[in-house]
Amino acid sequence: MSSQKKVNSWARKRTSQDSSSYQTRLSAWRVKEDLNDSKSISECGQNNTVEDCEGADGQTENALQIALRYFEKGPIKTSQNKEKHLKTVENVAWKNGLAPEGIDILLSVALSGKFGSAVSTRIFKCMIPATLISEDSVVKAVSWLCAGKCSGSTKVLFYRWLVAMFDFIDHKEQINLLYGFFFASLQDDALCPYVCHLLYLLTKKENVLVLFQGMQPHLQALLSLYKFFVPTLISVSLPMKKKIYFKNSENLWQTALLALRSRNQGFPSEPLKLMLANVYPIKRKWNSHSIIPVLNSCNYSKESRKKRMNLSDYFSSNGSFPLEQLKSFPQLLQNIHCLELPSQMGAVLNSSLLLHYINCVRDESLLLRLYHWLSQTLQEECIWYKVNNYDHGKEFANFLDTILRAECFLQEGFYSCEAFLYKSLPLWDGLCCRSQFLQLVSWIPFSSFSEVKPLLFDHLSRLFFTSSIFFKCSVLQCLKELLQNWLLWLSMDVHVKSVRNSPLETTLGGSMNSVSELIHYVGWLSTTAVRLESNRTFLLHFILDFYEKVCDIYINYNLPLVVLFPPGVFYPVLLSLDSSILNQLCYIMDRYHKNLTAAKKNEIEFSFSSKTYQEFNQYLTAMVGCLWTSKPFQKGLYIDPEVLGNASVAEYKKSLNLVHHPAFLSYTVSFLLQECPEERKVNMSSIRGKKWNWYLDYLFSEGLHGLKHFIRSSIHRSSVP
Amino acid sequence: MDSYDAPELTPRQDASSRLKDFFIGATPLQKRLESVRKQTSFIPTPPRRKIPQGSQLQEDVDPQKFAVLLHKQWTLYSLTPLYKFSYTDFKEYSKLLTAFIAAEKKKGLAVEVGDDFNIKVIFSTLMGVKGTERDPEAFLVQILSKSQLPSEHKEGKVLWTGWFCCVFGDSLLETVSEDFTCLPLFLANGAETNTAIIGTWFQKTFDCYFRPLAISSFNLSWMAAMWTACKMDHYMATTEFLWSVPCSPHSLDISYAIHPEDAKALWDNVHKTPGEVTQEEVDLFMDCLYSHFHRHFKIHLSATRLVRVSTSVASAHTDGKIKILCPKYLIGVLAYLTELAVFQIE
Repeated sequence: MSSQKKVNSWARKRTSQDSSSYQTRLSAWRVKEDLNDSKSISECGQNNTVEDCEGADGQTENALQIALRYFEKGPIKTSQNKEKHLKTVENVAWKNGLAPEGIDILLSVALSGKFGSAVSTRIFKCMIPATLISEDSVVKAVSWLCAGKCSGSTKVLFYRWLVAMFDFIDHKEQINLLYGFFFASLQDDALCPYVCHLLYLLTKKENVLVLFQGMQPHLQALLSLYKFFVPTLISVSLPMKKKIYFKNSENLWQTALLALRSRNQGFPSEPLKLMLANVYPIKRKWNSHSIIPVLNSCNYSKESRKKRMNLSDYFSSNGSFPLEQLKSFPQLLQNIHCLELPSQMGAVLNSSLLLHYINCVRDESLLLRLYHWLSQTLQEECIWYKVNNYDHGKEFANFLDTILRAECFLQEGFYSCEAFLYKSLPLWDGLCCRSQFLQLVSWIPFSSFSEVKPLLFDHLSRLFFTSSIFFKCSVLQCLKELLQNWLLWLSMDVHVKSVRNSPLETTLGGSMNSVSELIHYVGWLSTTAVRLESNRTFLLHFILDFYEKVCDIYINYNLPLVVLFPPGVFYPVLLSLDSSILNQLCYIMDRYHKNLTAAKKNEIEFSFSSKTYQEFNQYLTAMVGCLWTSKPFQKGLYIDPEVLGNASVAEYKKSLNLVHHPAFLSYTVSFLLQECPEERKVNMSSIRGKKWNWYLDYLFSEGLHGLKHFIRSSIHRSSVP
Repeated sequence: MDSYDAPELTPRQDASSRLKDFFIGATPLQKRLESVRKQTSFIPTPPRRKIPQGSQLQEDVDPQKFAVLLHKQWTLYSLTPLYKFSYTDFKEYSKLLTAFIAAEKKKGLAVEVGDDFNIKVIFSTLMGVKGTERDPEAFLVQILSKSQLPSEHKEGKVLWTGWFCCVFGDSLLETVSEDFTCLPLFLANGAETNTAIIGTWFQKTFDCYFRPLAISSFNLSWMAAMWTACKMDHYMATTEFLWSVPCSPHSLDISYAIHPEDAKALWDNVHKTPGEVTQEEVDLFMDCLYSHFHRHFKIHLSATRLVRVSTSVASAHTDGKIKILCPKYLIGVLAYLTELAVFQIE
């Protein structure tokens, strides 16, 4: 964070708002950004870690209370305990931050010097607020300073801490009353720079009473602010140039605060000790703690156009609305015409309000900046792009999570992510950041499938066929989400007739072609996967989940497309040994039926190829044959009787109906046992006539709703066998 | 495995409506994506390139300034287009950057723009370092240390130098709007900490992104061939190749030096198409070197990794370091490096 920008935001705040208790930077942190829409995306990935943390927290909380009590009471001559308690405090502080009460106690302990200056130093270093710091604690701390019990270095540390934590203090009125005290401390040479910085943050117009000699840059910075407020009181001539830097980047607490913030936003994070040990792990990152740039509105190039602007111009300029003050959606709406954009566009990823903004402002330059930044950062951070980069796996995964949250929030994929996939998918091992990477695939913006296929999907199929069943299922899941995103986008666009310059200015047919190509691609993957994994139920579920989306395209999305599953999927599912699979198939067939019927009614509007109807009827016949009439595969299927004889199912035709289908056998048996529980032998063929209807009701009561819908819509119950 | 057939059934099929058509007249962003698609689906490097010709520098070139660029080792970076960069604001930029560097170095204390620091940053254009008229002007940034005695008005010592250029960067220029300045190649000489500070400032100020630009063995062989092909009045250095054999605990380096005239003679034998270098020629040239080496030392260099190439024109290292020796071919060398940088940012 460049302090110079910070100064600007302070300056603006002074002019625009009188109350100094209202702190811009802090509130950006405190106001937990409500990315409701995006939550679901990260939930599954992070649940575990969150829970683990909470479990451990309960224990450490007690230990912390004991440690705090120990410190509060004062030193007892057992140094072993002291070390233990100090460790506890440090661990909790770095991990979760400290509550206001904890800070209150520790601040007094550190400044009372009871445990010596080494302990005070350690206490200061770990005094990381979890939420806020109470103003009273600070006032109390100042009174300890007056008691003069602590060393000079502790005082310096106190001021540095106070400056760093200034935003976390809940009120500033009382502290402001101590202005004179702080001012007097300026005489201490060691404290002077830090006190100046504190005063710089604290000063309000009424504080400016005294003029101070000396030309150190930090004094100059403070004095120039004095002079701005009450020019007549400052007789010293000051070079009135526009920029003052209070550099903060080496701030002791910065890393801890950033880590804490990212944790509070829900990212799992490394134990802090590790992070502190190597703040700059390798030189690949220039002077920044996180991948995503900090939100800063100040833009040099903009200023440089207003040549020779001096400090006072700077404070009074109110032409545009600074980002640092943007906190709510109504504010965004009011200032949308004069919003200062961030100097680094990548920063929008961390701000839901600005995501709203870029969503509605279709400014090409803005999008290009984001595009370049994102595609370069993705390539630079991608852990399988370069050798020896694997230590940063977690960081990269977090980065991808942030991008995905933004994409989910916008309900739209970034072009840079697509470009990144082109380059990185061929090199991917299928393991690294799997969940994130596949989610990126599911957010590929809608485009021509045949164009994207050689770049992406051919590589994906290679991985698909050579990986475990779990990978196959994740891929199917991600393709389902991709299909859903495309459908949503298309259905929106068809209605809205967007004015945007999008590839959707195509005819509907062209778009539907692309979607149907995607569905056929998944059909091809599924057919092969079913064979490779020998009809595993687990896999079939994922395949059918995909077709649950497919079968309802016409009704749910109002898009003229009905694509059926390939035979390689349909028949294995129909003959599956699992009743839930069969139930899902029935549900899907019922939905296909409804979609096709609805489409037929609007035939003038859309016409489907008659092949689709033929195919559907063929499937329907097969299903009715296998579930109802016991006449499966009347047409087009020949099995050598000898083979059937060997398998001792020469009478196979009667073995396939609701009673005999292997998927329903267990239901049949329980149904019959319900009737006569004592029976050792059950007579399955007894289920016919009235009993057949009872049996059906029994099946429905067991939750086979798909079957229920299918039978109601596709079978005339008059024909009970 | 089933063969994947494109489906033929679709509602209201319209043969003329290819999605591709909609990228015509599309936004810069879509153009970018298109160009990435093209790049990814075809072999990344064109099979033929021009041999650098003699000086293409324009008349108004300051030879003094070029001297700064030669005989120094530069670390290469690729750079995305600079947003709202202006050649007329160099004075302002030097002031801001000076203060930024001072602030970074004096961590924790305040500094003010315009203060007197013991360093000075100078921005200046490098007239003529470009391939076509469309290429934006290259520019140089230098950090000078100021003499401690105010009475002495001598120029201070150069602590760090970096320059930004674009030579034949047409493919990139086409895909950005006028708010951007495309200078995809950045070269730095000096302490890495300084490069980091200055890079950070540029990234924050012009919303651009620096990435170290490594040179693959494949591209090094191209350099070897193209630079050997250059006509020289007199050779300043031997032609030298360095191969690295990955073996533990320490990798083994094989250096292979040839008299530049011998290298040129070999090239002339390999070379067929006038004015151009083709992929076949590059392969053949390297193969000849390999077989010669194998005859004497029974080592297959083709199984190792080429890590450095030095010729009288320039020398390049795989980790992204380059030294340009011959002013005549400066532009030619930069054209190829620009191409690599543009490839990296696409």
